Amino acid sequence: MKTDTNLTTGGANMARRSFLRYAGASAATVAILGAASCRSEQIPHPVDATDIGSGDIGILNYAYALEQLEAAFYMQVVATPYSGISTSETAYLTDIRDHEVLHRDFFKTALGSAAIKGLTPDFSTINFSDRASVLGAAKLFEDTGVKAYDGAGYLIQSPDYLTIAGKIVSVEARHAALIANLITPGSFVNPDQVDENGINRSASIAEILSAVNGFLKTKVIASSFGYDKV
Amino acid sequence: MNLFEIIDEIEKVDPEIHERLNPRRAAIKNITSFGSKVAVAALPFALGTMFKKAYAAASTADVIGVLNYALTLEYLEAGFYNQGTSKAGLFPGSDTQYINKITADENNHVTFLKNVIGSLGGTAVAAPTVDYTGGNNKGGGPFPTVFTNYDTFLAVAQVFEDTGVRAYKGAAPILINNQVVLTAALGIHAVEARHASAIRKLRNDRANGATAKPTIYPYIVSSASLGNDTGVSVANGNYAGEENQTQGGVNLSSLASTAVVTAAFDEPLTKDQVLALLVGSFIVN
Repeated sequence: MKTDTNLTTGGANMARRSFLRYAGASAATVAILGAASCRSEQIPHPVDATDIGSGDIGILNYAYALEQLEAAFYMQVVATPYSGISTSETAYLTDIRDHEVLHRDFFKTALGSAAIKGLTPDFSTINFSDRASVLGAAKLFEDTGVKAYDGAGYLIQSPDYLTIAGKIVSVEARHAALIANLITPGSFVNPDQVDENGINRSASIAEILSAVNGFLKTKVIASSFGYDKV
Repeated sequence: MNLFEIIDEIEKVDPEIHERLNPRRAAIKNITSFGSKVAVAALPFALGTMFKKAYAAASTADVIGVLNYALTLEYLEAGFYNQGTSKAGLFPGSDTQYINKITADENNHVTFLKNVIGSLGGTAVAAPTVDYTGGNNKGGGPFPTVFTNYDTFLAVAQVFEDTGVRAYKGAAPILINNQVVLTAALGIHAVEARHASAIRKLRNDRANGATAKPTIYPYIVSSASLGNDTGVSVANGNYAGEENQTQGGVNLSSLASTAVVTAAFDEPLTKDQVLALLVGSFIVN
């Protein structure tokens, strides 16, 4: 069965229901997990840690968390440009900001009530007035995004969600290559990101979250994916 | 906790859950005896196993089919860059490192895919006969200067890379849940996107310099009616659908400009679509 969506009369609610059709099954699993853990020992974790959940909803929330972080970063980059920024760099970084904000807003809309809360970033280690500091952080975030989507792809159960992840990850890879080339021309497929087979490196949810939590005041955990405390 | 209630809950969002789990409803009942003997905390994992089986992975033959399709595209790309790098003086010195790195990646992809196909017990397809002027070896192709004019070379490279990204994206669902092969395919997909970004920037920088406002972007900036942003109109079909502004049933056109909405999401192409674009032009039939 396929749920048809009439965009002109069906409205966002129908569209969201369609999007969440399979994710709903995962949401039910979350509920079971919650009920089960009530009866066992509570796992201690920081009070403000946000759990992405399980199943496809968990993966989508994982992506949503990363997009929130990227969007917040580029909003700051564009609001307070580093000294010596060129016309082309302003254009590129503004575009990337807009792409990441749209990715964030897409996940928020599509996930609806299943979405994790808004995360508070911590960019205290980044000097936004310094080009090298900003582009270095941008490279880290873009490379992390690519490795995260590629590493979590096989966990996705719904072919539709897998395609959506694919639509986003290639744009992140385009960003990653651009930022790398801005830092060092010709460094867009260097061995730090691409292995000896010409394949982009990937990373697990635990590896990614342990790296990005350093840039978040609101910590993110993934108890269903082997990362249950910060 | 009653497992039937759980199944009923899932049924509300997935009416076909019984069929997915097992065509015979009786099979569901078998779980009750299982559930009653297993600790409550273990149930989600039992459910997870059921779902894994329900949304089944592709057969080995299907996986090999995808890999051979990918191999054909990689042969096309590798051969293109191998010929280009053999033409003395085609590239300005500063761009050589870019082209050389892409050439190495594409040849590595060919080797890797052949190895994986072999390890799965399959037979790798042979390299196709190619015509990089796009003329099906009959003359009169749209890119006669592909190996004598660097701008033509870059334009063809950009179309190949962007199409490669679309092809891998379109094939990914066939590999769903296959940790090894899907992860590798996604990794190649990302590298093709990195190549596309770099080629696009080389084209822009030749036209505008590196620091002025760009006119060719590292991402595909479509209009509402035309996916193709390359200025190479003969390649319109390779970009058809990139103008899409609805994702996952959510119309994004009210959230940002058309340029942003189309650039923020790359679109897939099916195998049939890709082969229709390449066979009879670049791949000789």
